[in-house]
Amino acid sequence: MLRRLLNDFRWGVIPVPGRLLAIIFFVFLFIFPLIVQGSYYVRIFTFASIFAIFAASWDLLSGYSGQANFGHALFFGVASYGSALLYKYLGWTPAVTIPIGALAGTLAGVITCIPALRLRGPYLSLLTMAFPLMLLGLIFAFKNVTGGEYGISGLPRLADSVSKEYYICLLVMTVSVLIMWKLTDAGSKYVRTGLILHAIREDEIAARATGINTVRYKILAFAVGGLFAGIAGALYAHVIRVAGPSSLAILMSFQAIIWVVFGGIVSIYGAVVGVYTLYPLVELLRKTPISQYRLLILPVIVILILLFMPEGIAVWIRDKIERECPRCKLTNAAWRRECRACSASLR
Amino acid sequence: MIERIIIGTLVTGGVYALLASGFSLIFGMAHIINLAQTAFYMLAAYGMYLFTQQIGLGVIESIVITIVATTLLGILCYRLLINRIRQHLVAVLLITIALALLFEQLMLLFYGAHYLSTPYLIGGFTEILGVRVLNQHLLTLGIVAVVIIVVWLLLSKTKLGIAIRATAQDAEVANLMGISVPRTLLLTMGIATALAAVAGIAVAPLWTIYPYMWTSPLMMVMVIVILGGLGNIKGSFIGAFIIALVEVLVVSLLPSGSFLKMVFAMLVMVIVLVVRPGGLFGIVFEEERL
Repeated sequence: MLRRLLNDFRWGVIPVPGRLLAIIFFVFLFIFPLIVQGSYYVRIFTFASIFAIFAASWDLLSGYSGQANFGHALFFGVASYGSALLYKYLGWTPAVTIPIGALAGTLAGVITCIPALRLRGPYLSLLTMAFPLMLLGLIFAFKNVTGGEYGISGLPRLADSVSKEYYICLLVMTVSVLIMWKLTDAGSKYVRTGLILHAIREDEIAARATGINTVRYKILAFAVGGLFAGIAGALYAHVIRVAGPSSLAILMSFQAIIWVVFGGIVSIYGAVVGVYTLYPLVELLRKTPISQYRLLILPVIVILILLFMPEGIAVWIRDKIERECPRCKLTNAAWRRECRACSASLR
Repeated sequence: MIERIIIGTLVTGGVYALLASGFSLIFGMAHIINLAQTAFYMLAAYGMYLFTQQIGLGVIESIVITIVATTLLGILCYRLLINRIRQHLVAVLLITIALALLFEQLMLLFYGAHYLSTPYLIGGFTEILGVRVLNQHLLTLGIVAVVIIVVWLLLSKTKLGIAIRATAQDAEVANLMGISVPRTLLLTMGIATALAAVAGIAVAPLWTIYPYMWTSPLMMVMVIVILGGLGNIKGSFIGAFIIALVEVLVVSLLPSGSFLKMVFAMLVMVIVLVVRPGGLFGIVFEEERL
């Protein structure tokens, strides 16, 4: 077992720069609180972990299955309010409220399906955009239950120290992203979902003609997207200790889309890269003299990325450092002259 | 009460009709969902504030300069940004929302998050059937009515209108008939932005001006165009007044109605989408539903 893992690492990871970078990145994340002093930066990366789950779940739902969901904050907000309400009225601990909050997110995803399965394209986007706003209106209207614009505050902390919270969020993020990545892997021998979601995005009628029950897979995509967005939302509520209306705001939905498009759409790792570059960058700008232009820079970055790097920064970098062997389709480092397996010329 | 509801519906509906018809026009032409439509409306309202209050120009000059500047900005945004990626739905949605956020943040930088207002263009009130109506409301209604009629005539009688409708029906065949499709698209974008600018000017004296004023009308406009059928101008006009009536009724009759108006409008949209996905007057395209 250990030897197989070592062999995989020796021959499967080290020669491929993209995978090596990913491993280095995760090792860096795990030792990050040890090398950095001050809880401020650890805090930023805690939020980045949470948002990475959120962005990746949007990518799974909208990038892979092509159901352009513009109200992804619905699942985030439902889970965050769900776990907060459970604490407020029943006094349960985070260990119980977070899973139940995530299930509430899943339920919201499945309920969204009822109208969403009948629509596609711009109609679907506009419909999904409406749901979090409707819920927001209800939250403001029933102030005594939901706390109105102040939200529900005073939630219990996830753990007693900042770095413990960081490790909890990081672990949850790693596991969630791994599950989502495996679920959407189109080349997998064991799970067909990735391939089927690609097929639904490219041509739903053709996918149906080949005997795929597209309705079932779309519901699955909504449920899984809702589940992971829900996990992110419930964690977020317990880390900032408030479940507020900002978790349902239109900006929250669009932030997920911005991160994914920045990192690279239809690739779970793109979403993670997008969050871990853009979120700390924008947060760190708070400390610089140009902090009042912080929110101005975000849309400018989006516009520039869409115009000049439409496939996203992670995919752009991957194409620069990796090359596929034309004969055996194995990934090689871009600077190799010949393929590492079949020695076909790469030039 | 009743007269306030009627006037409120007419004014709100007129403003929504201007915004929604521009939104619908550009969607019908090129399948561009322009989420920045109401951001141009916000910019025009700020333009009125800038020219009348800060620079101190006359009303007529301010209106002309605001409309021209907003339209040019819209055309510029279309030419430089939207046109290059208009094949990709998600990219267009993203770039237009990014533009809207950019404008919002710029206004926030220049003016801060204060509530501004311009004074009424004309004061006083007129008595109609024993009801006192502010002259400003009448002026706004007049502007809206004139603009709607002008757009109607433009689309149905002029050569440009025929070109726009032809391109909306089938861009390729329109191109074969000698219509320059890119130029028509550019002009349509200009008309849509000009409509938003007129709406912004019409509400500048009535409603408060603040950087986030574009979000709530944007949601309403989306509800309206779906209710009327995406890309259908007549549907947008009628949908605008229906939604305005719903909004005014909810706000004036229900407790905490200003929070619930969005819920009711969205409920209308969801019901329409589920029951009749093409909208009241829309044509259902086979490729757009399952």
